[in-house]
Amino acid sequence: MAALRQAQGDIVRMTAVEIAAAVNSGKTSAAEMTDAVLAHVDAVDDRIGAFLTRLHEVARAAARRVDERVRGGEKLPLAGVPIAVKDNMCLTGTRTTAGSKILENWVAPYTCTAVQRILDAGGIPVGKANMDEFAMGSSCENSALGVTRNPYDLSRVPGGSSGGSVAAVAAYEAAIGLGSDTGGSIREPGAFCNVVGFKPTYGRVSRYGLIAFASSLDQIGPLTRTVEDAALAYEAISGHDPMDSTSIDRPVEKASTALRADLKGLRIGIVKQFVTEKLGPEIHALYQQSYRELEQLGATLIDVELPTADYGLATYYLIAPAECSSNLARFDGVRYGLRVEGADVGAMYEATRAAGFGPEVKRRILIGTYALSSGYYDAYYVKAQKARTMFANDFKRAFESCDLIASPAASSPAFQFNAKSDPYSMYMMDYYTIPMSLAGLPALSVPCGWITPEGPSTGSGQARPMPMGLQLAAPLFEEVRLLAAAHAYEQSTKHALKYAPSVCHPEVSKDPEPVEGRKS
Amino acid sequence: MTVAENVRTKYEAVIGIECHVELKTKTKMFCACENEFGGEPNTKVCPVCLALPGALPVANEEAIEHMLVAGLAFGATIPAFSKFDRKNYFYPDMPKDYQISQYDMPLTQGGIVRYWLEDGTMNECRLTRIHLEEDTGKSTHAGGGDGRIAGSTHSLIDFNRAGVPLMECVSEPDIRSADEAVGYLEALKRTFVLLGVSDVKMEEGSLRCDANVSIRPVGSKDYGTKTEIKNMNSFRSVHRAIESEIDRQIAVLESGGRIVQETRGWDESQGVTHSMRSKEQAHDYRYFPDPDLVPMEIDASRLEKVKRVIPDAHLPWNRFARYHGEYGLDVKQAAQLIDNLPLADYFDKSVEASKNPQQSMNFVLGDLSRLANETGTPVHESAVTPQSLAELIALVEGKTINSKIAKELLQRMWNGEGSPKAIVEKEGLAQTSDTGEIEKFVAEVLSSNEKAVADYKSGKTNILGFLTGQVMKASRGKANPALVQDLLKQKLS
Amino acid sequence: MSLENKIDVRYVAKLARIALTDEEVKRFGAQLGDLLEHVNVLSELDTASVPATAQVVESRNVVRQDVPGECLERDVVLSMAPQKQGPFFRVPRIIAEEG
Repeated sequence: MAALRQAQGDIVRMTAVEIAAAVNSGKTSAAEMTDAVLAHVDAVDDRIGAFLTRLHEVARAAARRVDERVRGGEKLPLAGVPIAVKDNMCLTGTRTTAGSKILENWVAPYTCTAVQRILDAGGIPVGKANMDEFAMGSSCENSALGVTRNPYDLSRVPGGSSGGSVAAVAAYEAAIGLGSDTGGSIREPGAFCNVVGFKPTYGRVSRYGLIAFASSLDQIGPLTRTVEDAALAYEAISGHDPMDSTSIDRPVEKASTALRADLKGLRIGIVKQFVTEKLGPEIHALYQQSYRELEQLGATLIDVELPTADYGLATYYLIAPAECSSNLARFDGVRYGLRVEGADVGAMYEATRAAGFGPEVKRRILIGTYALSSGYYDAYYVKAQKARTMFANDFKRAFESCDLIASPAASSPAFQFNAKSDPYSMYMMDYYTIPMSLAGLPALSVPCGWITPEGPSTGSGQARPMPMGLQLAAPLFEEVRLLAAAHAYEQSTKHALKYAPSVCHPEVSKDPEPVEGRKS
Repeated sequence: MTVAENVRTKYEAVIGIECHVELKTKTKMFCACENEFGGEPNTKVCPVCLALPGALPVANEEAIEHMLVAGLAFGATIPAFSKFDRKNYFYPDMPKDYQISQYDMPLTQGGIVRYWLEDGTMNECRLTRIHLEEDTGKSTHAGGGDGRIAGSTHSLIDFNRAGVPLMECVSEPDIRSADEAVGYLEALKRTFVLLGVSDVKMEEGSLRCDANVSIRPVGSKDYGTKTEIKNMNSFRSVHRAIESEIDRQIAVLESGGRIVQETRGWDESQGVTHSMRSKEQAHDYRYFPDPDLVPMEIDASRLEKVKRVIPDAHLPWNRFARYHGEYGLDVKQAAQLIDNLPLADYFDKSVEASKNPQQSMNFVLGDLSRLANETGTPVHESAVTPQSLAELIALVEGKTINSKIAKELLQRMWNGEGSPKAIVEKEGLAQTSDTGEIEKFVAEVLSSNEKAVADYKSGKTNILGFLTGQVMKASRGKANPALVQDLLKQKLS
Repeated sequence: MSLENKIDVRYVAKLARIALTDEEVKRFGAQLGDLLEHVNVLSELDTASVPATAQVVESRNVVRQDVPGECLERDVVLSMAPQKQGPFFRVPRIIAEEG
């Protein structure tokens, strides 16, 4: 039994690059790969909760098709690679919920472009991943449909909003997780779960079929265990899509073949405003160490400034809610989704949306509606869009003296459930990631070390080390430079390999404490 | 209720018209579903126009092109930069619960609509703007018995129409009467049909309009309180509704009351407007630029290309000025031609060839149209080309043939027998003006119609017509009728 | 300009078509007031000479050709309807011109 688990463990631990190579060369089949992964999902996901919907049948059918194509001589970039699809991406015939009661039973009749490209490349969708409702949140606790736990410590959150995708990848339930990032929802979970979380330049990946949160900020991106896998996924999903007017018509340079071993000649900016001392001595030390590691790889560290940095949260928390208040108006009980009856259509709208949306979603719709409303539009929405221009200008200036910017990806390791009951304290989790989103820059989080936080944890009672992430950001369209540098850092420091997730830890046998539902 | 004429003349009506016109494109504004009237409900929908989660809009190139053509035809300004905005409000036939429209940077600004009234006067109404947006689905209200919202228990929605491209034309309040309003609307319709940007069929819903109506004492420069009139389903309704509303407002003011600013719906069967809202509900549409779409930049060279497509000479008011003003066609005749585009083109070509507008009109609206009705072949598709018509006209003007022969000739031309000159020669149809020959026929007729001659001489001068007819018959129609008459008169005196 | 830290939650909820309990009105009022306080720091920024970003991408004139494409099957469309009647979507009565 242990040997079987060991063998299975070996298969599921394979990276996307390894899997594709094995399937394309005939060493294994997509079917075999898929069976192993699905068995693993069934073994661990009851405790992790990464998936709202497991896609056994869909996965097996996809695997059969991939095997046919490979037998026919095709070489597929993602042949047989198991994929976790965040549940805000439509996949024909699958329940697509956005983590919300208002779409709890909605089955999508069409497929998101990015997901279709993954399928065309040979990827196998194994499950629809849990998420903060409508991508609003930084811990996955705002999901109305399930609880996802951090595979490194089941008493802690996996991060959000792409909590299910990141947990699936961290727990080897998938090799690539498709997530979406609006203010940090790929990068922060990546940091929390020892996973690479990559957000491409705004417009690089089509948003067609991605349930919209904030249209001018949303981007789809991969969560993977290695930077090389992230590059592979990025190549598969990116590129112009005529179905998305904001999709950029620009050739996508191959990143997976441009990875580098060191950072010689690169100037890396450290932002003066991102003061790490205030994060506490341990975390401060960890990031100072990370920066030194960059230097040791040959990079030159440069001091840069983002004078608008402290206005990031204010700017983001006006623009994103404003856009979402409009994007979520369509959830009205008329054409699909939940309906709560009313005496007239107005009452029906109000009752449906009251029952269907959770508190965080309601809050953001309210503040967004307010920011757009007559009398306040200029003072709030327009002002925030102007502040946004200032961020873009800040970065332009900063990038005149450096090639990349490094910073923490999150201000702390993964916290415990219900630790951040005050909405604003949760918003603060996005402090480092928001500025890059506002400017549309490509950015990623790569594992950079471990912190043992205070507080109890599941399992042996001993405090478990939790991962931390280093954020790297590049100028618009410089994904190759970004991925190449992250790869060099990852390969040389090997931080991610230091600890295994607790779900695979032999000592972890007892079930985790149930998590109290979010009330407010 | 109609108001006494002397009271009416104390007041001036100030009217602005807002029209929504569906553009004639193959597909909807932001998705590739077919843009076609009719069809089974909810069969022309897709994730985009149904507003499924995750769907995104992509603008229809042809719709934008139509906008530019329409704008330039009216002399509007096309700004270099334009964008789409979201107009946020909830309504069950609006899938996204916002409408993609244009707020502060519309595709066209200004412009002038020139139109004519039934008596031939030409008038102008300035446009404020024309902007581009998308249409909503269609709801029918059931359970109440009369199809109106009030009294219904539920509504049924068909989204086939949701997302169809719509032009919103807003006029300045330059219109002063119901007649002018209809003249304006007809000018819009004629222009859009000519340019191919819309079919403009009110009965199919491709033109909907609202009127803003206010009154003020004659000579005043201030604006009175206006009401918005909705629910007019034909140009005739528009006329009746505006007249009714003007009368109503006059009656209110005359009795010492105040006009309430409100929306009023026209009730076709009762012939009155009803208040639709008890108090004015201010809508907060929360307009903001649509982040799913990118702006439009129109440069001068694109505008030049568009301008070249517009047939200036064929624009309705230019045609009217020519037909009625220059050629002297009456208003009805001019309109008849203008409203039949291929016929108007034909007419223009034959005028160009013959240099004779009056005769061209006579034939086109007369015998040619008759032949077209009889045979089912439109004039412009017949064997009679504008050039051959011009030839025929020349023959008549040159008195080579008379008008009776011309009719016969035309029939033969229609039947494809060849050019007028050729037929005349072949059939010997040239009218004769040879006095000698005609004298022979005159003599013949006079001698075989002794009673008629006697009647004429005894004072019944109208017998001349009968005798002329007999001479024409004897000459098989070829005698020059004018000459026949002269000769007859001579011989009979 | 001075910005308030209080939102008329009931009015905004009406605009957004979300029914709120009294308790929610109170709770959200407090939480959103708190957020507004944080957000009001934006008034410190001198944005007089800065244009508003509408979008990060600089594309212009993105259009599609006027060529018909595939529609959804009506069965699929109506299968999603919370309530339908024949080939139509059905909703409770509309009170007046919504806004």
